[in-house]
Amino acid sequence: MNTKTENSSLWNRLGNLFNFLANPSQFIKYSSVILPWLAIISIIGFAAGLYITFFSTPLDEEMGSTVIIMFVHVPAAWIAMMSYAIVATSSIGLLIWRHPLADVSAKAAAPLGATITFLCLVTGSLWGRPDWGTYWQWDLRMTSVLILFLLFIGLITLRSSIEEETQAGKITALLAIVGIVLLPIIKYSVEWQQSSLHQKAGIFEGQVASDFLIPLFIMAFSYTMLFFYLHMKAMRAEIYRRRTISQQRKHAYEATRKEEENLERIS
Amino acid sequence: MSAFFALLKRDILLSIREGGTIGIALGFNLIVVTILPLGIGPDQNLLNQIAPGALWVTLLLSLLLSLDRLFLTDFEEGTLELMSHSEIPLELIVIAKALAHWLTVAVPLAIMAPVLGLLMNLSPSQFGILTLSALIGTPALSFLGAIGAALTLGLKRGGLLLPLLILPFFIPTLIFGVSTTTGFLFTSGNYESSLALLAAISISSIALAPFPTAWALRFNLQ
Repeated sequence: MNTKTENSSLWNRLGNLFNFLANPSQFIKYSSVILPWLAIISIIGFAAGLYITFFSTPLDEEMGSTVIIMFVHVPAAWIAMMSYAIVATSSIGLLIWRHPLADVSAKAAAPLGATITFLCLVTGSLWGRPDWGTYWQWDLRMTSVLILFLLFIGLITLRSSIEEETQAGKITALLAIVGIVLLPIIKYSVEWQQSSLHQKAGIFEGQVASDFLIPLFIMAFSYTMLFFYLHMKAMRAEIYRRRTISQQRKHAYEATRKEEENLERIS
Repeated sequence: MSAFFALLKRDILLSIREGGTIGIALGFNLIVVTILPLGIGPDQNLLNQIAPGALWVTLLLSLLLSLDRLFLTDFEEGTLELMSHSEIPLELIVIAKALAHWLTVAVPLAIMAPVLGLLMNLSPSQFGILTLSALIGTPALSFLGAIGAALTLGLKRGGLLLPLLILPFFIPTLIFGVSTTTGFLFTSGNYESSLALLAAISISSIALAPFPTAWALRFNLQ
């Protein structure tokens, strides 16, 4: 009995914590505390990571200096997937709990995700040119990242073409959720095609030396911090934008009502 | 159930008597297949090599042209709203409409594929597998396309946005459709697994796609 009440109070506390974190005005408050730290950590991380990458990492035997691109490219690929996961979980949060902050989060993460996916594609093709001798190859990973990019573009265009904001948020969220179901299937089918028609183009299959791993993880960590910084910043901007719009509407409404009252008095 | 069949019959009759949708899809398919060899050059071997992929891609694009009208006319005149208040669930209405789309657009396209195959130097022994793979694969296109059609229903530029949203989801069907045909043509015998996967994609699309579609429709009808 006792444990049961403790459990339920724990659940209550978790629920309260969630409510606290998800309240827009609380979000504005605590994000203003977190943001500078995220900025500082990501700046230090990038400075350290890029320094190690450029000056103290031994060059790869086969790839030479082009291996440096890996430290920009691989974390970008990870963060690209993470940002889709954030868009998708936010969409689920919006459709199930109808929470406005989830919509703000999904809206802010989509353009960021598209940008990082694009960065991943560009650095990948710049790396492919010296190493594979081609800018683009229709291999599994490149194809699936390209499809991820297309999906991000679809999400952004769909949202921007619906004028009413709550409607735009929900319709886009549905597309994002359908995307979660279909992305693995698309990836699997592309993989199937590769194995049946082409040879697999291996980009490091688990053979990364520890000299490379440390800077890679530093870079990945900095990327993550940068992503969360930009995401939080964009969410704050979106909250402020929505507040401004509702304030403007309120003013417009009050102004028209006053005018109507004046007209009534005159007549 | 009788309401379901009545709706199916209505939609089929409408698209046959209107004429526009089927004619446009078939005509578009024909013109693209005509343009393709003119662009690539009349090399018979090359055309034979790319024929399965090219025919599948043109089929996909032609089918896409008719998708935006799947719910649009009924939505604009208010019929869809009335239907949503009827006794059968909206999911079933979606199934009827997507099925009617498949019967009136995809099946004619699949039957026409061998005729276009002639233009692409596909030999007659390969016509059967092309039509079969198209018939088995296209239900997925109609049902997945319905999601996109429902999502873009209330938009002014919905017709332009629809291909961008829905084409990525057509990729699995395209891949397995093409690999069924090429598997039969070039690596003789190894096509059953692709055909089975194609069928699996179609069946799961039919089973799952009506739910998000109906959800989006309900949302747009509010």
